[in-house]
Amino acid sequence: MTEAPVSLWSVTAATLKKDIRLEWRSKDALNSMLFFSLLVVVIFSFSFDPLAEESRLIVGGLVWVAFLFAAVVALNQTWARELRNQVLDAYRVSPAPANALFLAKVLGNFIFVIVLEALMTPLFIIFYNLHVLGPVWQLIPIAFLGTWALVVNGTFFAAMSLRTRNRELMLPLLLFPISIPAVLGMVAGTTAVLTGDNPAHFYIVLLLTYDVVFTTAYLGLFETILHAE
Amino acid sequence: MNSIKFLFAAYIATWIIHGTYLGTLVRRFSRLKKELDELGESHRSANQ
Amino acid sequence: MKRGFLILSVLTGLLLVYASYQALEVAPTERTMGDVQRIFYYHVPSAWTAFLLFFINFVASIQYLARTKPSAQTATKWIFIAIGVAGAVASFLPPVQQQLTSLGMRPSALATTALMLPVFYLLLGKWFPGEKLDILAVTSAEVGVVFCTVVLVTGPLWARPVWGIWWAPGDIRLTSTLVLWLIYVSYLLLRRFSNSAQTQMLAAALAVSGALDVPLVYFSIWFFRTQHPQPVIGGNGSIDPRMLHILLLNWLAFLCFASLVCWSRFRLEVLKREVEEAYAMESLGEPVAVAPSMPLKRGTR
Repeated sequence: MTEAPVSLWSVTAATLKKDIRLEWRSKDALNSMLFFSLLVVVIFSFSFDPLAEESRLIVGGLVWVAFLFAAVVALNQTWARELRNQVLDAYRVSPAPANALFLAKVLGNFIFVIVLEALMTPLFIIFYNLHVLGPVWQLIPIAFLGTWALVVNGTFFAAMSLRTRNRELMLPLLLFPISIPAVLGMVAGTTAVLTGDNPAHFYIVLLLTYDVVFTTAYLGLFETILHAE
Repeated sequence: MNSIKFLFAAYIATWIIHGTYLGTLVRRFSRLKKELDELGESHRSANQ
Repeated sequence: MKRGFLILSVLTGLLLVYASYQALEVAPTERTMGDVQRIFYYHVPSAWTAFLLFFINFVASIQYLARTKPSAQTATKWIFIAIGVAGAVASFLPPVQQQLTSLGMRPSALATTALMLPVFYLLLGKWFPGEKLDILAVTSAEVGVVFCTVVLVTGPLWARPVWGIWWAPGDIRLTSTLVLWLIYVSYLLLRRFSNSAQTQMLAAALAVSGALDVPLVYFSIWFFRTQHPQPVIGGNGSIDPRMLHILLLNWLAFLCFASLVCWSRFRLEVLKREVEEAYAMESLGEPVAVAPSMPLKRGTR
């Protein structure tokens, strides 16, 4: 009998491909995320005059609020799918390393949220008449690192809230306090780039540090979470 | 002297917060003690 | 033991009354802020107590997570010892000393704080073996949240008359305290709503994540303020020695009070677990032990 490779990367890749395929077929999460973000964009476009200079100060925060809540929509169903048909239990007894499952989920959610952000960005530009005054390219590391921060925390806490009574409520309650430094980095960094007033370098370094610290910590702690009854 | 109001508000608020918490501790204590006694009672009566 | 509790309560009560009297009547009035500044004698000790309690929770959580794996236990023990020794030594190195004096701190203060880390780790591990670590964790978290609430209420009440605003989002201390409060409230909610048999492990994992977060919160806000200058609520560094004296007195009083509250909460948790065990035994048809099986006195085996 040939031994199938049970390395970290092979399991991660297989799980990731499965998740993306499932999502692509149903597009459940993506549709709800898109709709939600669109709603936020439209509602807030009534709250201030898009031609005013001040609008650039607020948009950074708005954009990330929209993405944060949309990400929670995606994260909520991240593990729910695995609970059905005892797929999660199968993972627990398999020889596959727990980290592989975690990484795959994080990568999957990361891709979904990045796709959402890519789709929403033109809409933000249109609705808020955005004209970026600072170096535009800096928005890319901010978006990537910021999204990773949200998604790595969210996937971990979603797994933690699996066994709680109000799962959907528990996730944002656990996620938001711990994400505050990352959210500050994202919002302040985006605002810095939009207004061109301040350099955004420190925020990028902050987000990078945050991502490294927490990804490492969660890779170490995930096995404990996975095996919780 | 308006600002003295804030001083008293702060001191009073502190003790209200501590007092409320101690109150919940007392309430939880008595409820648990009652449960423990009831458990002992029901078992004794079941065994008779 | 009950008598010890009673004696401590009376002593604490007297201490609190005396300390409050000192704060309100005896302490000198601050030049610029006036009498409102006396809030500081409640605000600062509450903050220090809250942070101490959260720190105890952090140490207890780490030890609880590590207790099933001996390799993890030795590893964390040595990490704590290393941090303590390194911190103590580093605080006397010239470049670090310079930084400290510019911030108004003495090197010996930092060295003592650094050495406290392994001391706490080892003592807590010895006095609260096994499950008691978890009981300590939930106790310190809950009482910590209470004290933290006091900090967050007295802070704005002090800020408003003195600096004209209730809140400044870029104020490092107040905002860091708020984040710490939020993290620990979420910790308590997780404990309450979790159905898992491993709730305690999950909560410990959350506590560790929270602890990792705190320095990041501090630095993120620190940088934010350099770009968006904000008023520093609570003033800077130096204190009149007479005020320091009364401040420390109030801290002692609040520490005694916190110990009493923690002692009570600890006993409550022990009782709660006994009741749960009794329910479990009853459903199995076993005789219910009404006499407590675990000694109620904190710190004994």
